[in-house]
Amino acid sequence: MHDIAEDLPIKRTENPFATKAHALKRRDRITSIVLRLTTYFILACAGYIFVDIIVKGAPVVFKGTPPFINVPFLTQSPETLMTFETADGEFHKMDFSDYSQFKRDFPGLKIVEEHSHAFSGGGILGPLVGTALLTGICIVIALFVGLTTAIYLNEYSTKGRFMDAVRLAIMNLAGVPSVVFGLFGLGLFCLVAPVITTTPMDGKFAIPLFLGGNFLSFQGWGVSMLSGGFTLAVMILPVIIAACEESLKAIPMGFREASFALGATKWQTIAKSVLPYAFPGMLTASVLGITRVAGETAPIMFTAALSHKDKLPWQDVNSIGGFFSQSVQAMPYHIYTVAARIPQSEYTQPMQYGSVFVFLILVMLFAALSVFLRIHYRQKVKW
Amino acid sequence: MNTVMSEQEKQEGGLTPDTQVTEVAPKAEPSSNVVIEVDNVSFAYVPKKDVLHDISMNINRGEVTAFIGPSGCGKSTLLRCLNRMNDLIPTAGISKGEIRILGTDIYHREVDVIELRKHVGMVFQKYNPFPKSIYENVAFGLRIQGINDKKKLDQAVEESLVFAGLWGEVKDRLDSSGLSLSGGQQQRLCIARTIAVQPKVILMDEPCSALDPISTATIEELITKLKKEFTIVIVTHNMQQATRVSDRTAFFYLGNLIEMDKTTKIFHNPSMKQTEDYISGRFG
Repeated sequence: MHDIAEDLPIKRTENPFATKAHALKRRDRITSIVLRLTTYFILACAGYIFVDIIVKGAPVVFKGTPPFINVPFLTQSPETLMTFETADGEFHKMDFSDYSQFKRDFPGLKIVEEHSHAFSGGGILGPLVGTALLTGICIVIALFVGLTTAIYLNEYSTKGRFMDAVRLAIMNLAGVPSVVFGLFGLGLFCLVAPVITTTPMDGKFAIPLFLGGNFLSFQGWGVSMLSGGFTLAVMILPVIIAACEESLKAIPMGFREASFALGATKWQTIAKSVLPYAFPGMLTASVLGITRVAGETAPIMFTAALSHKDKLPWQDVNSIGGFFSQSVQAMPYHIYTVAARIPQSEYTQPMQYGSVFVFLILVMLFAALSVFLRIHYRQKVKW
Repeated sequence: MNTVMSEQEKQEGGLTPDTQVTEVAPKAEPSSNVVIEVDNVSFAYVPKKDVLHDISMNINRGEVTAFIGPSGCGKSTLLRCLNRMNDLIPTAGISKGEIRILGTDIYHREVDVIELRKHVGMVFQKYNPFPKSIYENVAFGLRIQGINDKKKLDQAVEESLVFAGLWGEVKDRLDSSGLSLSGGQQQRLCIARTIAVQPKVILMDEPCSALDPISTATIEELITKLKKEFTIVIVTHNMQQATRVSDRTAFFYLGNLIEMDKTTKIFHNPSMKQTEDYISGRFG
């Protein structure tokens, strides 16, 4: 054995840890700065968007005097906003209905500098209700189809090429641009989906049902809530299926084995020993899905939404079929309309920012709900 | 290490697995005491790749039969053939032979696997109570059979818990979660859940391997008590456990049944050299 110290001639006066490669060190520092800056850039972008919306939108929704909330903005439907000056130079700004009343009240009044700003008056109740209905229909359909598909994929299907292809198809569905879903919905649900009717539309394929003169007519549901809800459901399906499948996968195999070993059938095992424990995860994912679906514009553009409607969905409707087959206003489409389809002015801005602000708050509430549910159930269901 | 050893042994002993099995475990003549007859069974998880080779054995009523052997020797696989748990794996299946329980070929196409499992219960390595109350855990097997009568359930739950030696510990908190119990208690809850269905046979797949020595002793005591009413097959890695609880022991190696005999005989005077090597700790 020779002394190891002889091989390592360390001079004690020298600092063995002194920096040697200055170029490397500099590169290291630059990398760290670049990485930090890009992250801050994202933060700045997000911050700007939020601050801008809150600064310009909050004053529309909130006000300084009780009840501190601009109630008409949330309880009226969009209207045309009129701005004008009377001959004495007094400036007026009012919704179109008030304007008509105003003109009736003062018939001889001379009005100058009259301008109308479409959709910029009134409130956003119509779009809010429409979006709620669309997402409601969507989530019912998507959950039903998504859950059953996920159960089949995870519990029943056997591994193989065919199932790989099915999974690939589902995954590809998630990558399809939303406007394509819009056209798909227009083509399928609006134009060829089957309806039961006594008076089938000319030129459409119809099968007589021999039940009270009814026909199963493939004439489509038209531009309607139902078409929009189904289109959104198809769009969100990949997300729901993936989430449900993940939740099912997270259930320990031991639960299934124990259940089978006690003589349970496959469905008993799934219904009693798998689904109840997978439910919280599915719920969380679905709520997140809702927030995504609620914000989609393109899929409902051709299938469900319209920019203006006087009546709320439940007014002047006398059947369930009639209720679901009407078109609705929707938040994302309303925002698109007021932001891009009307001439911009200082008078249109409150409606734009107010709508966006309310919508943002709603979406954030749903996201928060999803987080809350996840935490709540994680504490409650453990194994 | 194992494969090297086995090749050496083959060279030394010159015995093929087939001759060993037929020599040691001849087909038993039908007897009223035999509950399970495994008749020349081969099993494969993937077609044409047998992991069990020509297994034949008889398992007697009211006895505890232990399966021992090194990891991967096929003892758990055979156990899971007895209540067809292997059916859950799509490609798996018996490639040869027959398993008869109470005289019926359980792989016959007229056998309903659901009914079979009601008669052949199973306790798993990792205790797996459902995240339900203690009561509902024990009542599960009866509820899925459509029994919802409160009185019947109460009675069955109490009897099963008493039998499993858990009643005194949980009778005041039947509504609390099964997962709130200790590991040993959870495993006894799983046993109570199994006996509530009143099976003929209970299969136990290393029931104590996740438990501490004291809980293990409690479970072993329970097994001795259970064998008065049930036929028990237990897979264990713990050879002391096999000597403590079992009446007969089967030693498996590389998918072959090397030797099966009375436990005292296997551990004191085994016929095969491989058995002797294994129980004396020379490999495995």
